[in-house]
Amino acid sequence: MSNGTTSESGRILAVTSGKGGVGKTFVSANLAAALAARGERVLVLDADLGLANLDVVLNLFPKVTLHDVLTGKATLEQAILPAPGGFSALLAGSGLVEYSRLTPQVRDQLSEIILQLVPRFDRILLDTGAGISDVVLHAVSLADEVLVVVTPEPTSMTDAYATIKVLATLQKRRHVRLVVNQVSAAGEGRTIRNQLQLVVDRFVAPQLKAEGDSVPLVLELLGEIPIDPAVREAVGKRALLLVTMPGAPAATALTAAAARLAG
Amino acid sequence: MPPPTDSTKSDSQALNLDAALQLLEQSGHPLPRLRDTGKAAWLQAVIDGLCELSSRDPLTGLANRRHFELMLAGEVDRVARAGEPALVLMIDIDHFKKVNDAHGHPAGDEVLKHVAHTLSDCIRPMDTVARFGGEEFAMILPNCPPSFAHAVAERIRIRIQSMTIPIAAGETVRVTVSLGGAFAPQWVRSSPLLWVERADQQLYRAKAEGRDRACLEQPAVSFVSPEEKGLLFGTSQFQDLLS
Repeated sequence: MSNGTTSESGRILAVTSGKGGVGKTFVSANLAAALAARGERVLVLDADLGLANLDVVLNLFPKVTLHDVLTGKATLEQAILPAPGGFSALLAGSGLVEYSRLTPQVRDQLSEIILQLVPRFDRILLDTGAGISDVVLHAVSLADEVLVVVTPEPTSMTDAYATIKVLATLQKRRHVRLVVNQVSAAGEGRTIRNQLQLVVDRFVAPQLKAEGDSVPLVLELLGEIPIDPAVREAVGKRALLLVTMPGAPAATALTAAAARLAG
Repeated sequence: MPPPTDSTKSDSQALNLDAALQLLEQSGHPLPRLRDTGKAAWLQAVIDGLCELSSRDPLTGLANRRHFELMLAGEVDRVARAGEPALVLMIDIDHFKKVNDAHGHPAGDEVLKHVAHTLSDCIRPMDTVARFGGEEFAMILPNCPPSFAHAVAERIRIRIQSMTIPIAAGETVRVTVSLGGAFAPQWVRSSPLLWVERADQQLYRAKAEGRDRACLEQPAVSFVSPEEKGLLFGTSQFQDLLS
């Protein structure tokens, strides 16, 4: 789980959150740019199947999308685009909204596509939808590791906790990484991680133990990202923070998180 | 439709309410007398009567599918805001066709009416029970925690199972029901359609497993209890952080 990337095996990281609007796609895209800057071959896949705003964040509106690949109108190669920030992106296209109901066929196709992508990249980030829909759970189930993006807001924390609980019980995850976005003071990310771990230990661990599983669920803080006016500016310009303002505090924090992820 | 202004004519003629009044009369819907209420209140009563009529199933008197879908959409919104657990139950009479084939359609209608009556008897005032179509019924149970849901579904199943339905003089039948239930999606991308579909999948499962049983979707482990929230936000350290 913990050693670095190698050229023959892709590492698949699902980026998710309970609540929407916590900066999940922002984190995915900029983390991808930071990993690319470290020399990794990175692909971000819009695993929300068209409801994510990865296209908006990256300012890419491609003619060929995952939708066309799934319907046999294009090859995978045609749908993989270079994104600003030095990584690749596979966007779903709005035509995929109809797939928000995950049929067994779409499920298999998605798994198949990810299998095909694995050997070509050092790392694949699955930008999932918010909430815990069947699409999100399936996307997460395809990943080696999960990253939950959370903000210090109580609703975001509650939903992140619910997500962690689902991942632990339904998918037997024992290691969940956290990025705490929009912190207003240094150390706030650590506090939130500790708080979530406390509730997990008290309420989720006994349940897992009762089911005969005594491996503890560990939350690992991958990073905290400070509230930073540069973020708003970059998002407003539809530019990647790491490309336009790599020295901004939020960008520095993302670079540090990428370094921790790469090990 | 604009409200009638000053008119000496009968409103029913000015607005051509004949068809509406005929419908209300035929369905036995009482209307106040125009001269007792005044025009506006009387027209309101006519409109209310029509709304009522268009939201009910004529045979069983339950809410019809149209009304059910309206209520369900409202419930989806409420769940998204309040995050309360809510349950949709789909209930189907087992082997209903056999009743129709063996005893005729009037007997089938009696069975539908009795089942409908028993279903209405099993629920709380805030719940909605509807005839979804044919021999299929649907229920919305707001604020129904998973721990409670199995008890409710079982209670309904047993009540129907133990019922003797008179279909003709000296003739009775017994029926069973299969039930499928799904909890509300708590976050985004919930839709009434998907919710009903998930409940329907459980209903198919109940049918496939031999009927006369209730199958509920695995309760949402995503539900966060007040105790968990208490601990999540309860410590002084975090209180300081938030303030």
